[in-house]
Amino acid sequence: MAEDQPVEFDTQGVKKRFMFVNRRAPYGSIYALEILEMVLISAAFEQHAAIVFIDDGVFQLKKGQDTSALGMKNFSPTYRVVEMEKDDANEDDDIDMVWRIIVEKESLEARGLEADDLLVGVEVMAAEELSALMAAQDVVLSG
Amino acid sequence: MKFGIVVNEGPFTHQASDSAYRFAVAAVEKGHRVIRVFFYYDGVNNGNKLSSPQADDRNLVKLWGELAAEHKVDLVVCVTAALRRGIKEEILADGFRISGLGQLIEMSLAADRTLVFGD
Repeated sequence: MAEDQPVEFDTQGVKKRFMFVNRRAPYGSIYALEILEMVLISAAFEQHAAIVFIDDGVFQLKKGQDTSALGMKNFSPTYRVVEMEKDDANEDDDIDMVWRIIVEKESLEARGLEADDLLVGVEVMAAEELSALMAAQDVVLSG
Repeated sequence: MKFGIVVNEGPFTHQASDSAYRFAVAAVEKGHRVIRVFFYYDGVNNGNKLSSPQADDRNLVKLWGELAAEHKVDLVVCVTAALRRGIKEEILADGFRISGLGQLIEMSLAADRTLVFGD
């Protein structure tokens, strides 16, 4: 029905809170890479976003990733781009867009990691608080 | 209510596409609108017209296409995810179109609720 269907919506002035929930290890499945593509595209829409890492998803941010033995691209430097987008948006008063990078405390601890082991600056948040934040979102997308 | 639906898994391996389809049908029957279904990750395989399940099984690709035709539901397959998996215009099933990830964000902004199906 692509031809006779309005395929664009009027979203002018609409502002929502998005949460992107990264739950899986960076390699072993494509979810981490493809949700990252989603996060990057969303930046153009200037929406509020919480980019959250829980469970094995916390490994996505680990420093020193080496994928040479896997024959896969190491896409972890792209998280720095996310961090830059976040800083740019948060520092620019003309853009009504707040981004947060959040790592669940319990997931981090269970894997013997701390914030210093990660590639980007993060907010470490306890599961209970994160749960409340998730409930307050308009749109939750996961990978 | 206006629903936006995200399908993250292909047909058959997981139930996600079935559940999303059944939700969409139920929503439309109740008088709601499904403004778009966005297919991401392996979900793009729902738009492969070469899918040929056995005759006594449901044909999800076809069912989605029929829903699109009957209720003007916009079925969008993510281009980046699709190309990776060999889903191109030449094998795209009726009712589907290929477009960018921006369509997912736009859908989420326009819909009252965005529902995600698939692990």
